Amino acid sequence: MEQFTGRVWRLGDDIDTDIIIPTEYLALKTIEEMKQYGFLPLRPELAAQIRSGDMIVAGKNFGCGSSREQAPEVIKALGIRCVIAKSFARIFFRNAINNGLLLIEQPDLYDDVKEGDTITVHVNQAVDYRERQYPITSLPENLVEIIRAGGLVKAMRRRNGLA
Amino acid sequence: MGMTIAEKIIARAAGVESVRPGDIHTVNLDRMMSNDGTTHLTVDMYYNKLKHPRIADTKKMVFIVDHNVPSDSAKTAGSQKKMRDFAREHGIDFWEGKGVCHQIMMEHYVCPGELIFGADSHTCTYGALGAFGTGVGCTDLLYGMVTGTSWVLVPETVKFNLTGRLPQGVYPRDLMLTIIGEIGANGVNYQVMEFGGDGAKTLSVNDRMVLCNLAVEAGAKTALFEADEIALAYLRSRGREPKAVFTSDPDAVYAREYTFDLSRIVPVAAKPDFVDAVVPASEVCGVPIDEAFLGSCNNGRIDELRVGAAILKGRKVAEHVRFLVVPASQEIYLQAMEEGLIQIFMESGAIVMNPNCSVCWGSCQGVIGENEVLISTGTRNFKGRAGHPSSKVYLGSAATVTASAIKGEICTADML
Amino acid sequence: MGQTMIEKIIAHNIGVESVKPGDIVTTKVDRVMLDDIMIPFIVDKFHEMGFTKVWDPDKVVLIYDHLVPASQQDDTRHYRVGDAFVKEYGLTHVHRSDGICHQLMTEAGYVKPGDVVFGTDSHTTTYGCVGAFSTGIGYTEMAAILGTGNLWVKVPETIRVEIEGTLPEGVMSKDIILRLIGDLGADGATYRALEFAGSTVDNMTVASRMTMANMAIEAGAKCAMFTPDEKTAEYCGIQLDDIQKGLKGDEDAGYFRTMRYQAEDFEPVMACPSQVDKIRRASELEGIPIDQVFIGSCTNGRLEDLQAAAKVLAGKRVAPFVKLIVTPASRKVYEEALACGTLQILAKAGAIITHPGCGLCCGRTGGILCDGERVVATNNRNFLGRMGTSQVEIYLASPATAAACAVAGKITANS
Repeated sequence: MEQFTGRVWRLGDDIDTDIIIPTEYLALKTIEEMKQYGFLPLRPELAAQIRSGDMIVAGKNFGCGSSREQAPEVIKALGIRCVIAKSFARIFFRNAINNGLLLIEQPDLYDDVKEGDTITVHVNQAVDYRERQYPITSLPENLVEIIRAGGLVKAMRRRNGLA
Repeated sequence: MGMTIAEKIIARAAGVESVRPGDIHTVNLDRMMSNDGTTHLTVDMYYNKLKHPRIADTKKMVFIVDHNVPSDSAKTAGSQKKMRDFAREHGIDFWEGKGVCHQIMMEHYVCPGELIFGADSHTCTYGALGAFGTGVGCTDLLYGMVTGTSWVLVPETVKFNLTGRLPQGVYPRDLMLTIIGEIGANGVNYQVMEFGGDGAKTLSVNDRMVLCNLAVEAGAKTALFEADEIALAYLRSRGREPKAVFTSDPDAVYAREYTFDLSRIVPVAAKPDFVDAVVPASEVCGVPIDEAFLGSCNNGRIDELRVGAAILKGRKVAEHVRFLVVPASQEIYLQAMEEGLIQIFMESGAIVMNPNCSVCWGSCQGVIGENEVLISTGTRNFKGRAGHPSSKVYLGSAATVTASAIKGEICTADML
Repeated sequence: MGQTMIEKIIAHNIGVESVKPGDIVTTKVDRVMLDDIMIPFIVDKFHEMGFTKVWDPDKVVLIYDHLVPASQQDDTRHYRVGDAFVKEYGLTHVHRSDGICHQLMTEAGYVKPGDVVFGTDSHTTTYGCVGAFSTGIGYTEMAAILGTGNLWVKVPETIRVEIEGTLPEGVMSKDIILRLIGDLGADGATYRALEFAGSTVDNMTVASRMTMANMAIEAGAKCAMFTPDEKTAEYCGIQLDDIQKGLKGDEDAGYFRTMRYQAEDFEPVMACPSQVDKIRRASELEGIPIDQVFIGSCTNGRLEDLQAAAKVLAGKRVAPFVKLIVTPASRKVYEEALACGTLQILAKAGAIITHPGCGLCCGRTGGILCDGERVVATNNRNFLGRMGTSQVEIYLASPATAAACAVAGKITANS
């Protein structure tokens, strides 16, 4: 089973899409140009501090707000390996899956974890943190298929007979 | 020796009998206008550079927010807040979102015979009412604000004799662009353009504003019309009295004189990127456009809105053209509503914005993109003024701009 | 067992007798809405996926609204990309400066009761006001729909909200939905449908229902359903067929939860900075000084909203040093407000009236604020930094309350 270890950035409840990427920067041409503005209203310094393989742990309703798919794309482009939250807003959830950004629902980790600490994720099983295991559930089958295909774009390419 | 109107206004403001070109005088300013282009800088200097800041006479000050309305960034909003807070604290007349500064000044403040500084180059507009208005930087404005005075180097005056009457379908904007094309962008550098002659009598205050407003595009320090009955009637209708009504003496000395026969003027356009690159509009017909703009302190008054609406009535703006219509003031906007003009613009597919500088200033609304072409009734067509450095701006009359918006390429109204 | 409204719509769409919450089904899409912010991304994904034609160009509506008028040099690139896509794939429903997407989708007749509609904007939930199932999606899924005409959905559980009675004077449907969001919490309806019923809702205009459906997403809801009635039929310019007439929740349907309200109990409320579910009575906030008021958006930029504001502002002036920005939701709303004298009243009171579009609500232009400024706004979100810096305080309110605040120059409940 796939597992990985990384550093934690701890954010709060209701991290909305305007925080993840403000509208002001939505018309930039690429996600690469956009990503430096990630989380700007809340923590302007964060985007520059995130390193590849880091993880976000947040409270409830992560990704609430607009349908902007730039939000999960920016998070992914910043190098975030996965987002673990008490719950996710539904459009964000779909958008993340479609872009291959792993989201994990876990009710307790957020309350215990400290920013900067290290956690280990065992996909579809549990998160390890300070000697404790936080169980996680697996995704529905139709979503697993999209992830297995490498995201919705790749799934559609396959459908259209492209590699 | 006789004096011109400009010399008489300066003499009055300096409290002397007479002045001559080249003299330097200390003058009492009758009024100072500052807008959101630079007021925040003036306020910063007021607090940071002066030891004992005070305002000589708050009644002389007018602050107008018009360049970025509604605000398009936190930075802009911060500048405007600084201005608003300062006006509030010092009891300065403050206007926000009510229109372009020069239009508001004409509607509410300017009187014949006054000497007015404005921290904006198109302050020369006020000559339409026989006032000496001129643009200054924010340091000059600050000095004026603190002392109530300034120094003026008396400029020479160049006389423009206007004869005849503009033909149907030709507008004061065509006339002024023609003049600028003829004399060049520095044709009257640091001089005063004085308009007179029988032709001047055929021009309304609105028309005169169009002429005076663009004087700076020929390098002029200001432009002036005599405050005749037409001007005084406008003034009285707004409940104001002239400070002093001056006429040029018969033996006044002019640096040069030009004569323009209004009846020979044709629709013209200024090509990118210079206001004096003026050609008959027919020469640029067929250039595809992305956007058209009807508005600005030069050409956003009721007269121009009427011209635009009359052409647009029953027609549609071309599918791929953004046609921005921006009345120069709230008063004009309300009148245009009353007259049914706004309805015509909306029905035709135009974008009607709140009174402000809009795309003439190139920020916050109607900004044009890479390689795009705008035809505009604004004041300037400098490189990149309306957006991307590669974009192009043509200047034309309200009629030409509206006709072009309908056709989707530059054309004159008679070609529709 | 009976069915909820959303269950009936989905079942009908996929051609089965019934569906139940949790079922994952593939819907046939009746209409999609593409907006100007997302169009370049949609087009990229569409091509990346290898599609060469749009499944049904007649079912596609492209609307420029977030970037109209353009406030930055690159904004017009979005028009160019959109126009090229329109030309290449033969789209016919395009609006370049007619107002906000959600207003146009219903107002211009693109959405009918019972339709399944997706849009690249979270407030696509709005079309529930005419009894359609509509919700927001990302650009990748939109690209997939453009190629296939299908999208999978999980049948949501339904929260039924029953409201009976008559709203007090000065209280609007905005006050209802704000309070409901406060009661539910910003994630209280996540993955679920809201279904509204009761005499208060029955007596509401379609416009008032729109305000509520529009904000359902602020409680996390997937969609918000209103039973189509005669008012709906008139608004949509149709006769309701039997299927549409049957679009109501059955009494014996399985609801996740039912909430009941009495209309007389509502009062003017506000969502306080910076959460939409941080609801307080406006009377509790009385006297807080403000710098700006914004009346507009797909939530509250319709004729009845402007009229509610005009009623408060008639013969009065906006307080000194306070700005009132009014952005009608559509060209049609603007024209109607012009024809009935509403815009004149607002303009005379000192309002800054802009061209229809998203305006300040989407935070790119239209009255951005700076550190230390406070705004009362009629739109749907007061997120941190949405209208400028994170030091801007945004209070959400109804148009009547917002107009009263503009006159007072401070927060007041007394419209």
